[in-house]
Amino acid sequence: MLKIKNLHASVEDKAILRGIDLEVKPGEVHAIMGPNGSGKSTLASVVAGKEEYEVDKGEISLDGEDIEELSAEERAHKGVFMSFQYPVEIPGVSVTNFMKTAINETRKAKGLDDMPANEMLKMIREKSELLEIDRKFLSRSLNEGFSGGEKKRNEIFQMAMLEPKLAILDETDSGLDIDALRIVANGVNKLKSKDNAVIVITHYQRLLDYIVPDYVHVLYDGRIVKSGTKELAHELEEKGYDWIKEEVNA
Amino acid sequence: MSNKYTEDDLREELKTKEYEYGFYTDIESETFPVGLNEDIVRAISKKKEEPEWMTQWRLEAFKIWKEMTEPEWANVHYEKPDFQAISYYSAPNSKPKYDSIDEVDPELLATFEKLGISLDEQKKLAGVAMDVVVDSVSVATTFKKTLAEKGIIFMSISEAIQEHPELVKKYIGTVVPQKDNFYAALNSAVFSDGSFCYIPKGVRCPMELSTYFRINQAGTGQFERTLVIADEGSYVSYLEGCTAPSRDENQLHAAVVELIALDDAEIKYSTVQNWYPGNAEGKGGVYNFVTKRGLCETNSKISWTQVETGSAVTWKYPSCVLKGDNSVGEFYSIAVTNNYQQADTGTKMIHLGKNTKSTIISKGISAGKSQNSYRGLVQISSRAENARNFSQCDSLLMGNDCGAHTFPYIEVKNKSAQIEHEATTSKIGEDQIFYCNQRGIDTEKAIALIVNGFSKEVLNKLPMEFAVEAQKLLEISLEGSVG
Repeated sequence: MLKIKNLHASVEDKAILRGIDLEVKPGEVHAIMGPNGSGKSTLASVVAGKEEYEVDKGEISLDGEDIEELSAEERAHKGVFMSFQYPVEIPGVSVTNFMKTAINETRKAKGLDDMPANEMLKMIREKSELLEIDRKFLSRSLNEGFSGGEKKRNEIFQMAMLEPKLAILDETDSGLDIDALRIVANGVNKLKSKDNAVIVITHYQRLLDYIVPDYVHVLYDGRIVKSGTKELAHELEEKGYDWIKEEVNA
Repeated sequence: MSNKYTEDDLREELKTKEYEYGFYTDIESETFPVGLNEDIVRAISKKKEEPEWMTQWRLEAFKIWKEMTEPEWANVHYEKPDFQAISYYSAPNSKPKYDSIDEVDPELLATFEKLGISLDEQKKLAGVAMDVVVDSVSVATTFKKTLAEKGIIFMSISEAIQEHPELVKKYIGTVVPQKDNFYAALNSAVFSDGSFCYIPKGVRCPMELSTYFRINQAGTGQFERTLVIADEGSYVSYLEGCTAPSRDENQLHAAVVELIALDDAEIKYSTVQNWYPGNAEGKGGVYNFVTKRGLCETNSKISWTQVETGSAVTWKYPSCVLKGDNSVGEFYSIAVTNNYQQADTGTKMIHLGKNTKSTIISKGISAGKSQNSYRGLVQISSRAENARNFSQCDSLLMGNDCGAHTFPYIEVKNKSAQIEHEATTSKIGEDQIFYCNQRGIDTEKAIALIVNGFSKEVLNKLPMEFAVEAQKLLEISLEGSVG
């Protein structure tokens, strides 16, 4: 599904990604771990198409199609979703209205008419039940005054509504207590299928107790320096990242 | 429903960068020679077959105006109009008064169609009566009969001067006196036409009363005069919308609106202002110097709601004089400036009576190289026991070259007053845009969404049919302002 080949990317002329290779197949869950500043969030933003990031070299393709020239919204239309580490507030725009706009813009890009209101309502009801979200929450302004947990749940709700092929969860666990973490992780697990794929970006192993990855990659200094299975995550949890740094620098 | 309408229409409109109503209707017009003197004032009055008292009132205003100087305190910069280079009267030639739309000049009807306000359509639109002002003279008034059954008078002010001189004479200039300010004095001397509305005691006006103003003649100033009187215990919702054709030379618009809410009456006055703002280089555009004020008697209420997207320069402070005890004044405003537009707008809430209450919600949106100022006065007089005011002024900035300014003035002479003022300034951030983009919403649409959210409290105050138009206008006005 997602193929990244020798990806180099920079922001404001500062090289951050220095040759990433990654392949994610449908039905897979990949975890990307690494110390602060290793380029994890940059990788997420580059795949999602954030303009400030310059792709200097390499390829990103989705289902065999090069996407690095596409705008962020075009990538979204093709099924790329990113759960933000710091979801932004949009005062006066309800979660429902935001979702309606997002869904209809995506449909429009595909040459479809707006989703009929009753269908939209039905979908909202189903997805909010699936994720155990109080529907009152959906009429609140997007992320305004939301707690950390609410923000992340809202991200997962949006993921549920948009039904992406590829979901990138950028530090979804940061700022969550264990209960909120469990709820969010359960949501993601419910949305997983053999047709979609998830990339979980995290600093800590604990999220991976709930969202169990097929592969774990360690990102350091803009490169994937180690890949393995979920045992690698446990090893990192025990030993920290220093031994990785030593290995790389040796 | 409304959202769908907005989106589809917007896409269509975004394709053309030109001001969409920038066309010119070729209707034969009778235009006075340029310049202003006593003879011109008399001629205007004569042309309109006004009674002597009206002529004298105009002349009095002219005398006052001659002694006044154009105010310079507002946070706007422009080349002052040459008042002697303006023609002060223009009317469609054969002063048309039609019973049926078929008799109206087809060119004029085409103009309405381009404006999206075809009378046929308007007639069908339940609850909206139209008094259409094109170049100063009313050419069509609809729904007059329905209104007449309730004793409601809704006509051009020229007609009202003829048909209801006692009402006009009693109220004109009582809220905005001739000497009020430079532009009000000028308007009082030369006002061309405008609307007059009277709601009798205890009557609830069954429909929204709506007027479209429009400047059409090159180099013709537009001086509208509106007088709305809500008698005791009555209610009226009045809509005013404006569009103007594209012109290279600046056009002056100096309107006066007076509202009178007698005991227990309520007036809701909504405006969507979409005059030509000038082009992207700041050339052309309307100078909009407006005096709007309402007088509230006991237990009455006046609400001003305005969506200001047009004009090169706006100078406008719809105000309430809360004279009666327990009276309520409200001001809800969205002011959008883009490119080189300048707006200095706000309100004055003058609390005179006891237990008077006022609310001010102002939303300023600045983009391009524009300057957007909120200027407001909350004044509590010594005998206004327990007066209350809540003010909220929010500014939204787009890009780094625009400015937002807030000038709140508060004068309190009674210790029992409760005054709250909140102000925020925010910027549409790249992170907000990217967030929307990531969800499949392109930048243009994202801005529209953010701006609509920001303006929601005010948009919600507009009557439904106006809210849709207003939303669309916001989006068009900010087109191309980012990226």
